[in-house]
Amino acid sequence: MERIYVFVSGPLAWIAWTVFVVGSIYRIWHLLKLAKEKEQVLFSYISFKYAIRSIINWAIPWNTNNMRLHPIFVGVAFLFHIGFFLILAFLSAHVILLEEGFGLGWPALPDIVADMLAFAVLGACIFFAARRVVRPEVAFVTDWTDYALLGLVAAPFLTGILAYHQWGDPLVVTLLHILSAELLIASIPFTRLSHMLFAPFTRGYIGSEFGMVRHVKDW
Amino acid sequence: MAPKAQWDWSVGSKTVVDLATNNDEVAWREESHASPDGEQVAAVVRTTDETYTVQVNDTLWESQFDRVWYLRYSPDGRLTALVNDGDWKLCVDEEAWEEGYGFVWNTLFSEDGSVIACSVSDSMQYGMIKDGEIWPNLFANANNFVLSADGAHTAAAVQTEPLGQAEIFKFKQGVFSVAVDGEPWERNFVNVWTPVISPSGTHVAAQVRLNLFEYTIACNGATWNETFSQVWEPCFHPKTNAIAAPVRLGGKWGMAVDGQVVWKPQFFQVWHQRYTPRGDRLIALVCPQYGRWTVAVDGQAWRTTFGDMISDLTTSPDGRRIAAVGKENERWTIIADDKAWPEMYDMCWKPVFSPNGDHVAAKVERSKKYTIVVDGKPYSKEFSECWDPIFSDDGNLILIRGIINNTYIRIVERVSTICG
Amino acid sequence: MSERVWIKDEGIERGAEALTPERIERTINAVLGNETGARLMAYVETCAHCGLCSEACHFYLSRDRDPSYSPVGKVKQTIWPMLKNKGKVSVEFMKQATQIAQTECNLCRRCVQYCPFGIDIAYMMTLVRRIVHKLELTPLYIQDTAHSHSATLNQMWVKDDEWIDALHWQEDELRDEFPTARIPLEKEGAEIMYSVIGPEPKFRTQLIYQAAAIMNVAGLDWTMPATPGWDNSDMAMFTGDSEIMARLKRAHFETAARLRVKKIVMGECGHAFRSVYDTGNRVLGWRMPPIPVIHALEFYWDLLNEGRIKVAKQIEEPVTFHDPCNVVRGRGLHEKAREVVRAFCKNLVEMHPNREHNLCCAAGGGVINCGPPFKNARVESNRAKAEQLKATGVKICIAPCHNCHGGLDDIIHKYELDMELKFLGEIIYECMEKPEAQ
Repeated sequence: MERIYVFVSGPLAWIAWTVFVVGSIYRIWHLLKLAKEKEQVLFSYISFKYAIRSIINWAIPWNTNNMRLHPIFVGVAFLFHIGFFLILAFLSAHVILLEEGFGLGWPALPDIVADMLAFAVLGACIFFAARRVVRPEVAFVTDWTDYALLGLVAAPFLTGILAYHQWGDPLVVTLLHILSAELLIASIPFTRLSHMLFAPFTRGYIGSEFGMVRHVKDW
Repeated sequence: MAPKAQWDWSVGSKTVVDLATNNDEVAWREESHASPDGEQVAAVVRTTDETYTVQVNDTLWESQFDRVWYLRYSPDGRLTALVNDGDWKLCVDEEAWEEGYGFVWNTLFSEDGSVIACSVSDSMQYGMIKDGEIWPNLFANANNFVLSADGAHTAAAVQTEPLGQAEIFKFKQGVFSVAVDGEPWERNFVNVWTPVISPSGTHVAAQVRLNLFEYTIACNGATWNETFSQVWEPCFHPKTNAIAAPVRLGGKWGMAVDGQVVWKPQFFQVWHQRYTPRGDRLIALVCPQYGRWTVAVDGQAWRTTFGDMISDLTTSPDGRRIAAVGKENERWTIIADDKAWPEMYDMCWKPVFSPNGDHVAAKVERSKKYTIVVDGKPYSKEFSECWDPIFSDDGNLILIRGIINNTYIRIVERVSTICG
Repeated sequence: MSERVWIKDEGIERGAEALTPERIERTINAVLGNETGARLMAYVETCAHCGLCSEACHFYLSRDRDPSYSPVGKVKQTIWPMLKNKGKVSVEFMKQATQIAQTECNLCRRCVQYCPFGIDIAYMMTLVRRIVHKLELTPLYIQDTAHSHSATLNQMWVKDDEWIDALHWQEDELRDEFPTARIPLEKEGAEIMYSVIGPEPKFRTQLIYQAAAIMNVAGLDWTMPATPGWDNSDMAMFTGDSEIMARLKRAHFETAARLRVKKIVMGECGHAFRSVYDTGNRVLGWRMPPIPVIHALEFYWDLLNEGRIKVAKQIEEPVTFHDPCNVVRGRGLHEKAREVVRAFCKNLVEMHPNREHNLCCAAGGGVINCGPPFKNARVESNRAKAEQLKATGVKICIAPCHNCHGGLDDIIHKYELDMELKFLGEIIYECMEKPEAQ
């Protein structure tokens, strides 16, 4: 068991992050290459100014017309995304790992805050899943992969919470936590979680078209 | 009108007519048109009797009409107009063609102006008239009318079969063809565009669509074996009857000659291709880079490009030199042999080469005033209106026709004076 | 609200008879393989299936929130299975995809403004239409219109002489009111070329009359072409026939270039503006229109601000203003339009939502051009618009777009709204100072 732990927290972590980084670079490179080969025209309509304008406006909660139509969803979605990255980068356990491994360090979140955030993220996943069942317009376009992706995202948080509160076998839970996190990280570039990579491009492009060509807001 | 060599080529300025002089019979005057030799200026006028006629210099045509429009000088200096006196007729130097029709329009001239043709519709039938003679067959519709350079032939895209409302399936079987001198090709196509008559007069080529997505070129009714996702109007080699046409393959434009691709499809656009007069080079307007436009010679794009557009591809009579009009940021200029004139203008007209190709000139607009520019150097006077410049046969003199202070003047100037 | 009916259209039905599974597969893969790239890939892979685009769509709102009418729902029923099955879809599937993409989406792009990722669903519906075109499944009436475009370079089978005749006739009419007015044809070097859509010379000649009246009163240097190329409309854009679209736009711009005009001013049409300003120029290699295109709304605003037209009287009755997608979401002319409306109308009552968030007329994107078979479904699918209009409580609606007129006219009748539709030009013509009029 401990050998597995050593492998999972050592080489496998390297592999997962490598897959994520290399995979992400590859996906973005491939996107740009494809655009250059087949849709070169689009580059003429990219405006940095309007791309940024669009990204900023969509990064502010309840700022866009549609967000105001879905205030609860927007609250949950922002909490989810912010919580996800805060925990990833500022959970004290993660910060310690980084310090031990690389000598890099930065202030960590108070554990109580991190814990609340983790519950919030998990709760958000449940909210998203419930929404997929309850809302007909979402159910209509939902298939098993949507639930699988939610599960994939929820798993590290669930196991993380278990580990933090020392519920269950600590070693097993920690192992599962690391494994599920590695799986999530590695799968980002190759699933619809790749919206993390592509969203700035789709948003930036349409923001440019709306701003520079059509002279109108896209939010 | 006398041949060009016999025009008054004495250097100097001559007032032809004072347009400010009031004529009691004239309620208002439309746009002016100058004769090629510059000795006349004409306009459609509305008379105080609420009829129309034509004023040439200070004289009115005797006949008056319910409507007169499309006043145009032929290259040989005859003044034509489309007139209505109950029927529509083409009128040449005040003499209307005998026969009248439901409608005539689109006056066409042969290169030397000796032949005049126009489009005609009568009782919902369409065709062409050449020098007063109507086609033997008329059609349910016709468009894309053309008169050959030598005036020997006329052609148009014609609808050979009736087509009812929303008959999309019949449409796809093909109801369009090309009629040459009124005789349709034996074969119909889904679409036919831009018939072109060969210099020899023996061949007529056109763009055709074979179904909703396959395009090719047809010549005398027979198509190329190759099809393309798009084509533009064909042109003939001046000597061999070879046909060149821009073609689109794999999303990019190239050029095909007799069906074979001769310019690799690498452009975002290729059109207005033509052979130089001796047929040694094939030139076209191209878009080598998305949003940038220039001239290509035998498939090689010039280095100077324009962002807005390029138009009016012209060669010198000996084919040595090439010029076009380029537009960048809402301003226009002339580009000749890959070199743009230093100044940009509010508008530029089609460049005109001297017969030996040494000089290129164009009418330009600057702050609502017009003048002519030769080899990038503007003429000293500005006009409220002016026309394309004309070089003398030896290329040393240039004829400038313009209006200053309501006076139409005719100027002959030494090219060297303008060019410094 | 009735359930969706798969409508029988002769163009679709007879087109489908000629289809084989192989041809469908080959065509889908050719279009998706050769004509798409990064955009489609990013859109499909980025879509989180969140359904947040739904409320943008008037079809969805009007159809009691039936999810199969939501923007992403339409993608689910068209593009996704095509991609997933690598083009192996049935004839029946293609017929339904045709109805969805061609008649249940106006390409109004409102959903683009609602998607957190900015996914352009209208683009994906356009791709489906392209496939439909290549499979020859396009609905009958719009296909006929595209055929007219191909054969005559205008939308209404107007023959070369009929166009000129219509202009002569309007000039004669104009002289009764303005004795020295002209519609100058083929005036080379004029400042402005005025272009219209095919239906104007065919059965809305009063619009040419009014535009000419405004031009004359404003004392402008303008012209209209006497050759094909006068029509700025473009149904080929909406049938996925980008080759015919290219032909039309080339004729239009080259006509303007031949006449040496500085700009093209166009009448109150939305889709034509999209074609001339955004779509058609691009397909030819022009990044932006080679000759600037000024939509009527902007043109009126310019005239008013330059003092070329003056307000003689104002409409007393309250009016509302419908923002057409192609000039508002497509060009941001909503504020200029309002300034003109307020100048000529005492009381502008806004409908809600408005400006760039306005609800579509359900006629645009070629939907109304699919003709009678789809009319009932289309009108039923825009109850949301009817409610929006009704809530204003006013009796005059200004809609500066031909398709919007068609679509709004239908819902006004169906939902008994007792509302009169007007073009903005009509109001300006009625209310401007006309110093030389008799």
